[in-house]
Amino acid sequence: MVLLVGILYSAGIYLMLRRSMVKLLIGLLLLGNGANILIFLTGGLTKGKPPIIDSAEKTFVDAYADPVPQALILTAIVISFALTAFAIILLKKVYETTGSDDLDSLNIQDLDI
Amino acid sequence: MMTNFILAPIFVHMITAILLLFFWQKVQAQKIISIIGNVVAFAACVLLFRAAQDNFLILHAGGWKAPFGITFVADTFSSIMVLLTAIVSLTVGIYSTVALNVSRIKFGYFFLFHFLIMGLMGVFLTGDIFNLYVWFEVVIISSFVLLTLGGKKMQMEGAVKYVTMNMLASVIFLTAIGVLYGITGTLNMADLAIKIPNIQNKGLVSVTALLFFAGFGIKSAVFPLYFWLPSSYHTPPSAIAAIFSGLLTKMGIYAMIRVFTLIFTPDEFILNVFIGIAVMTLITGALGTINKRSIRRLMSYLIVCHIGYLIAGMGIYTELAMVGVIFYLMHDMIVKSNLLMITGIIQKIRETIDMQRLGGLYSDYPKLSLLIAVVLFSLVGIPPLSGFWPKIYLFGEAFKSGQYLLLGAIIFASFITLFVVARMWSEVFWKPSPKPLTEEIDHFAQLKFINKFALIFPITVLTLVSLYIGFGAETIINLAHKTAYELMNPSLYIEAVLNGNTTK
Repeated sequence: MVLLVGILYSAGIYLMLRRSMVKLLIGLLLLGNGANILIFLTGGLTKGKPPIIDSAEKTFVDAYADPVPQALILTAIVISFALTAFAIILLKKVYETTGSDDLDSLNIQDLDI
Repeated sequence: MMTNFILAPIFVHMITAILLLFFWQKVQAQKIISIIGNVVAFAACVLLFRAAQDNFLILHAGGWKAPFGITFVADTFSSIMVLLTAIVSLTVGIYSTVALNVSRIKFGYFFLFHFLIMGLMGVFLTGDIFNLYVWFEVVIISSFVLLTLGGKKMQMEGAVKYVTMNMLASVIFLTAIGVLYGITGTLNMADLAIKIPNIQNKGLVSVTALLFFAGFGIKSAVFPLYFWLPSSYHTPPSAIAAIFSGLLTKMGIYAMIRVFTLIFTPDEFILNVFIGIAVMTLITGALGTINKRSIRRLMSYLIVCHIGYLIAGMGIYTELAMVGVIFYLMHDMIVKSNLLMITGIIQKIRETIDMQRLGGLYSDYPKLSLLIAVVLFSLVGIPPLSGFWPKIYLFGEAFKSGQYLLLGAIIFASFITLFVVARMWSEVFWKPSPKPLTEEIDHFAQLKFINKFALIFPITVLTLVSLYIGFGAETIINLAHKTAYELMNPSLYIEAVLNGNTTK
């Protein structure tokens, strides 16, 4: 899992540094997923101990899995879904106006100071 | 009743936005609903501000006691920010009824505007670090759409940079929250403040603090991370730019102040990072303004430059420096939004904001020009206008703590601000107009009286507010002292959130 987080972060950063807009988008996606897994990981992994109180008991008797990281990740996934949808539309629009996938084609604005 | 009232600013804007959805294509109805919503929200914010003067207002959402549930907290700092946001949103809301063209309003400008303000209110009022992240996302996704609305090519180019940098900032912020939760097991800011000093692994805490700094730094446009701002803020219409420049970068600063006074106590290294970055931000921002001919681009760099003052105060990290920061923050939010709206009016009058092609505004519109002069003077900080007082505090504290490099940078940035503003005044207002003014160019004179009023009224209100900040400085300084005292003594906040001991 630790390795996976590392790979996702480094691949994401690498793709963001490329000139292509599609790669930029994929890079952002990978980074977001990396962050989600990071939360999952740092929240502590507990196997087979759901945070549900047994019907016979009043309180927890045993160590249980922390539900909070999952709630956080769920929220983060929903947000990143919306952001990604927006980013895809934006890049499609940019592609339509500039006719190019190359991010360098956007740098015309410093001509007029 | 009073504890639930804390959510009123958020709910008023949410309900307004939802109501606006029902009037999707009806421009006139949208304008009226938006203004009513803003007025109601403003009244709610004034009440909240008054109520938060003596007590901390605390709401545990769903009745889950902190640290388990999500907490909303209004202390003096939050309530000041909420009040200023309400003032700016009310004035910009009135301004945009005339300044924006109909197609943008039809595409849901007001709807997004209210969601953006709702997100800002949430950022200022929440007491939970993950909830802060969620409100940040609400704000940035509304700002993305506002920035790209009606997209011309130039606007798209700015938007790609803006979207990428802000999404990256969010990922960094989320990573920092993940690590923080991993080492402390809590998300409530007050609870975090108690648990952080007990963590054995100091290195990891510092790394997390710097991750937070990087995330907020991108959003508030500090030195190495500011470049997206000048390349995107000049593209949207002036009403949208006024909200962005007055409120969005200040949101990053707010989060930074909150996190670094409450959760992390900055050590020597982090303070040095703050000071170094403040110096560089001040210098690069100031140098960026010198060769700009377009007023909007000049403003973008001035925003970057003046963020440096705020970071500088955080780097000095004494109570008096914090007074300066909070005072400057109040002054900056009002003046920057005002200036961007003024740029919009200049564009309406002359069809351009290129300083070389402007001129003679003073002879054509003397009263308006004098109004603008007051705003420019308060930006520069001519005593006794509003920009002067916080700078005195920052100068004094930089001198006392022996940060001479920082002191030099602050003076340099003030001087350059004075220089560019003086140049802008002489180019735009005093210089004879390079080409004769014809009826077609001056869109402003053709407007009906009510429309002219809707453009001038917001500027007048904001100018009066900044005049009040300048001339009523004693009240404001007392307020800033109180806020700084609360910020530098986080135990008050912690007591209030965790033990319900809300009196100050």
